[in-house]
Amino acid sequence: MSDQPLTLADVCHEVRSKNAGPFWVTIDVFAKDHETYQAVADESYLDEQRIADLYDVDRETVRMFRLPDLDVVKISFPRRVSQGSLHDRDIHAGQHHVPLAVLPVPPRHTAGAVGRKVVR
Amino acid sequence: MTTPTTQSVKVFVPIGMLGGGFAETMVERGMELGPDVIAVDGGSTDSGPHYLGSATAKSPAASIARDLRLLLRAAARADVPLIVGSCGTSGTDTGVDWVAGIVTAIMAEEGLDLPVARIYSEQRADDVQGYLAAGLVHPLSPLGELAPETIDSCTHIVGLMGHEPIVEALQAGAQVVLAGRATDTSIAAAVPLLRGMPAGPTWHASKIVECGAQATTNPRTGGIFATIDHEGFTIEAVDPDTACTPTSVAAHMLYENADPFLLTEPDGVLDVRNATYRALDERRVRVEGSEFRHAAQHTVKLEGARIAGYQTVSFVGVREPLVLADPERWVEVLRKYLFMRVEQALGLTEGQFDFDLRLYGHNAVLGKLDPASGPPRELGVMLVVSAPDQPTATAIAQVMNPYLLHMPTQEMDYLPSFAFAASPAETERGASYEFVLNHVVDSPTPTALFRTEIGATAHV
Repeated sequence: MSDQPLTLADVCHEVRSKNAGPFWVTIDVFAKDHETYQAVADESYLDEQRIADLYDVDRETVRMFRLPDLDVVKISFPRRVSQGSLHDRDIHAGQHHVPLAVLPVPPRHTAGAVGRKVVR
Repeated sequence: MTTPTTQSVKVFVPIGMLGGGFAETMVERGMELGPDVIAVDGGSTDSGPHYLGSATAKSPAASIARDLRLLLRAAARADVPLIVGSCGTSGTDTGVDWVAGIVTAIMAEEGLDLPVARIYSEQRADDVQGYLAAGLVHPLSPLGELAPETIDSCTHIVGLMGHEPIVEALQAGAQVVLAGRATDTSIAAAVPLLRGMPAGPTWHASKIVECGAQATTNPRTGGIFATIDHEGFTIEAVDPDTACTPTSVAAHMLYENADPFLLTEPDGVLDVRNATYRALDERRVRVEGSEFRHAAQHTVKLEGARIAGYQTVSFVGVREPLVLADPERWVEVLRKYLFMRVEQALGLTEGQFDFDLRLYGHNAVLGKLDPASGPPRELGVMLVVSAPDQPTATAIAQVMNPYLLHMPTQEMDYLPSFAFAASPAETERGASYEFVLNHVVDSPTPTALFRTEIGATAHV
């Protein structure tokens, strides 16, 4: 293993983003298992403020949903530029998961995730 | 029209988007499952405002015809309805007529004579002004109150129909229903609701099937099949080697939906918070507990697009290491020179035109949100100019051209020449549109904003 800290993408099955209509972006974080989900869903790791900082949006506009049955965290917020306008560089908002996906995961969890990977 | 003897209604969705292409064997397999209706979506806002703004389709007629031919044959053979939603990508009247023309041609070639209904969902600006004046128009977040001038600026406005106009068309005897803009779910929900299936399972199943096999373990296979009954619904992939799992099905409520539990339709709100997902076997999932709360007031969502400007694009490649070492500094100076040059040559100042400089290879996609750093290996510099008319946009791009070709870095005492991808360097994009409506109208009846005509002949 390299010394690079594991990212959210490393410990998730998929982190994806997409338009939810022309004025909203929604990001779905699919954790690989429930333990990972618990680490990812922990408010000390991921909350509205963290999303507001990563995406330069108003914290009050960020909507977060935690779905323990699916091991999913879902995040929605208004698009910073409306779909298809001059300064929109991502018509489907399909690449907007990346700032979140490359976020390092907490070190304690990192150890657990690496351990599980070896077991598999 | 409730038939008490109806135990279940089966819905076959061959693909998430008409014209996307599916295997003929997949249609055969879907029909072997005995559907009561074939439903397919013909549109979306997902590809941007151009299609609504210009009332043009995203897919070529040949790809629509190829898919429709297989579905019309299947519907005729099994004597079941075929419902197409959001015809022509944006569901404008032109889009409905375009698909109707394709259907007419196919039916003539195939010797078919299925009764067709066309449902138009385009809204006249004057009518919307009337709704606004009467206090019937309400904004949806994040937009605010609607201004009258915004309505008049739209080139096209459509209302999203629910299942009701489609049900009416079926009751009038139509077997092929070509709907203008419709909610993704309404096309699948119409027949089950017509035949007395409960609203909760019907709308939930309709949401799960709206993107075809997206809710299966292999979205590329295209088809999905739902059986809706009085207690819930069962969902399976059409492809025998593809499965629906409780996770693949439950996760689809997340897709392109800001809220994973609630979905608003014209007639009310689907609530899946109490839904349970159970594997019946390796391929099929049983869903129960979905609820639908009928709204006291029926609402129709409006979509509208207007011309934001006319665009001209230019694209130049940079491999020069001195530029790549600090692309931000280079482009910042370039931007200043471009404003200066446009004012000098054309007398236009900031505010009279706009442009975007995107550094592909550096941070074009995410801009200042990009978490990565470090020099790129090469840079694609895309210039997008927007102006009130096309000749002005192109003139601006042309006077900018020498700067895109030769812009030096601060350490250069010479002029480099960068790599244009094509000659001429400028490409005219025509009108560029923007979505400006995200509002709902209180509708006096579920069908009041829509017009249905029987027959495949395009209206004037």
